Amino acid sequence: MTTFKTTLAALAASTMIAGTAFAGGHGAKLSGDLVIFSDMSNPAPRAVMEGMVERFGEMHPDLNIELTVIDREAYKTQIRNFLSANPPDVANWYAANRMRPFVSAGLFEDVSDLWAEDEFANLASTKGAMTIDGAQWGVPYTYYQWGVYYREDIYNDLGLEEPTTWDEEKANCQTLLDNGIKCYTIGTKFLWTAGGWFDYLNMRTNGYDFHAALTAGEESWLSSPVRETFENWRELIDMGAFIDDHQTYSWQEALPFMLRGEAAAYLMGNFSVAQFRDGGLTDDQLDFYQFPTITPGIAKAEDAPTDTFHIPSGAQNKEAAREFLRFVVSAENQTLINNGDNLGQLPVNAASSVDNDEFLQQGFEMLSSNSPGGVAQFFDRDASAEMASVAMQGFQEFMVFPDNLDDILQRLEATRIRLNGN
Amino acid sequence: MDRTIARKSWYRRNEIAVTPWLFLAPGVLFFLVYVISPIFQSFHLSLFEWNGLGGENNAAKFVGLRNYEELMTDSAFEVSLINNVKWLVLYLLAIPAGLFIALFLNQTVTGIRLYKSLFFFPFVISQIVVGLVFTWFYDPRFGLLNEILGWVGLGPVNMLGDPDLVTYGIIFAGLWPQTAYCMILYLTGLNAVDPEQIEAGRLDGAKGWRMLWHVILPQLKPATFIAFVVTIIGALRSFDLISIMTNGGPFGQSRVLSFYMFEKALSEYGFRMGYGAAIAVVLFLIMLIFISYFLWSMYREERGH
Repeated sequence: MTTFKTTLAALAASTMIAGTAFAGGHGAKLSGDLVIFSDMSNPAPRAVMEGMVERFGEMHPDLNIELTVIDREAYKTQIRNFLSANPPDVANWYAANRMRPFVSAGLFEDVSDLWAEDEFANLASTKGAMTIDGAQWGVPYTYYQWGVYYREDIYNDLGLEEPTTWDEEKANCQTLLDNGIKCYTIGTKFLWTAGGWFDYLNMRTNGYDFHAALTAGEESWLSSPVRETFENWRELIDMGAFIDDHQTYSWQEALPFMLRGEAAAYLMGNFSVAQFRDGGLTDDQLDFYQFPTITPGIAKAEDAPTDTFHIPSGAQNKEAAREFLRFVVSAENQTLINNGDNLGQLPVNAASSVDNDEFLQQGFEMLSSNSPGGVAQFFDRDASAEMASVAMQGFQEFMVFPDNLDDILQRLEATRIRLNGN
Repeated sequence: MDRTIARKSWYRRNEIAVTPWLFLAPGVLFFLVYVISPIFQSFHLSLFEWNGLGGENNAAKFVGLRNYEELMTDSAFEVSLINNVKWLVLYLLAIPAGLFIALFLNQTVTGIRLYKSLFFFPFVISQIVVGLVFTWFYDPRFGLLNEILGWVGLGPVNMLGDPDLVTYGIIFAGLWPQTAYCMILYLTGLNAVDPEQIEAGRLDGAKGWRMLWHVILPQLKPATFIAFVVTIIGALRSFDLISIMTNGGPFGQSRVLSFYMFEKALSEYGFRMGYGAAIAVVLFLIMLIFISYFLWSMYREERGH
């Protein structure tokens, strides 16, 4: 944990002009302390967060900003302590059901007033994901697409095309297997990667609405649509499409299989692109396709997890915190922080522009024009925390022992009933 | 005379009786606040349903013994409990293993201190490092284990990915440093073995196993007791190895009670403080059996002398 303090006194003189120009919009002059706790601890996100604080500080020279960056994994367990014991003014978190425990405990501030402002109309695409009980509880700063990243060179060598239907998908897979290459790499040690597969298989088999109802706990895990999803999954498992021993690997440990060409594709979020490139894959070797159609006629829907900022209800300087949230969502800021030199992800604000990167462009096009069914967050953000943990463990078990399916579904259903009633 | 006694302050008069307590006070206070009271808090919390978050309208709800009822039917709890038993039993292998290494190293050869240090080395390095080293050792594709099994013609085995083997794999990794610990305890113990008794045993014709069993081991009893205590405690504290090697997986088959408690109450997806506390209480009761035994034998020991 490190603390990054902007020494604003030194900056004040040189940036007076810029400051008045930006802050003009909302009049009020901000002062006092603004305490920000952030989980953006990886090198690139950390630089982005520090950059945002610096630029915001320049706009509001009288404001003393204290930024504390906490390791991203540790943050997930620390947040519950600091929100009630020592609340900052601004904190990072995630959209959708993942914020529900804090919302229902009254630990997040209702920011519906911000969403009523004109600027926020450009964020309409994520409004649903930020809404619980008819109010909004935070603002998004970035999101990214999920999809199939594959070895273009291997596909070309074997004369394969990007599949658009389930049959093409399986035919491709069979060709790969015949050539001694696994279709997909995956590492399920930390479970969530299997959640991604379930999301896509279920959304393609049964559509977004069913998937949303299922993750919300309104549909039974014993229903026949759920079984169909698992039957489709099982086809791949029985073919031997996934690498062996995936339950032993983390998602990073599963990367070398694709880098060495032992597996041809990876269903993953766009953050993996940096890892592929670091691992030596060139843009000629790596490409992306949208997860293919399974049930014809069902509108495609995608996973696009959104990362967010919130104001804890115990915040001391809510005025400054709101101004910081306005600053975060502004088109200009979102264009900057999401470009290829920074986060390398997609901006949420519709008025901002997307980086020229091949994968970001494909992802942006897919999410804006080819995802008519809707946009889901991710299994462990859409489902409640406990359901997610039990279910993803079940998915992992299914991928290793598909014959245990009945037992697994019974367990999931029991958990659902305990959490949601009937 | 009477007057001088009366004039002495209360503290002066009771100095001998009070001073030890003054010195003990900080320790006692911290022990009460950080050890004793949390035990009772856990008992209390285990009767509630609470997500661990503060905030208004989020009070803990009293549910009586329902958390314990749920434990009875929770298959994940059963798996964790059984794994705990496996740990307790198999971890004790560290004691004989440590004894034999100690006997082996208890000789005067040039450089024996270096060998002793090398054997002790695994206990010095962090459990996290031990876990990582063994994770690589067990790696199904690149690990040394499968390489070695290959030489003798045995098939590849995914130790940490197989629900039936995973706990044994982790226990084995834990035995590596624990054996070293027991070894050092026995080495110290062996220094105190009375040479005259060995001499006497020799004259009576004892050697080998009989010498070990009837002459050496009885003298090592204090060391064995300590080795037993630290090994039992080590087995019940097996959290870090599990967390680093498998994260409780595959599908929860390598969890023990402490890890399951953490997962339910404190982890990324865990919001059930009451349920976690109930697991903690069960773990505490198991520990209590051993703690009572330890305390009782120590008490008996002191009485005896």
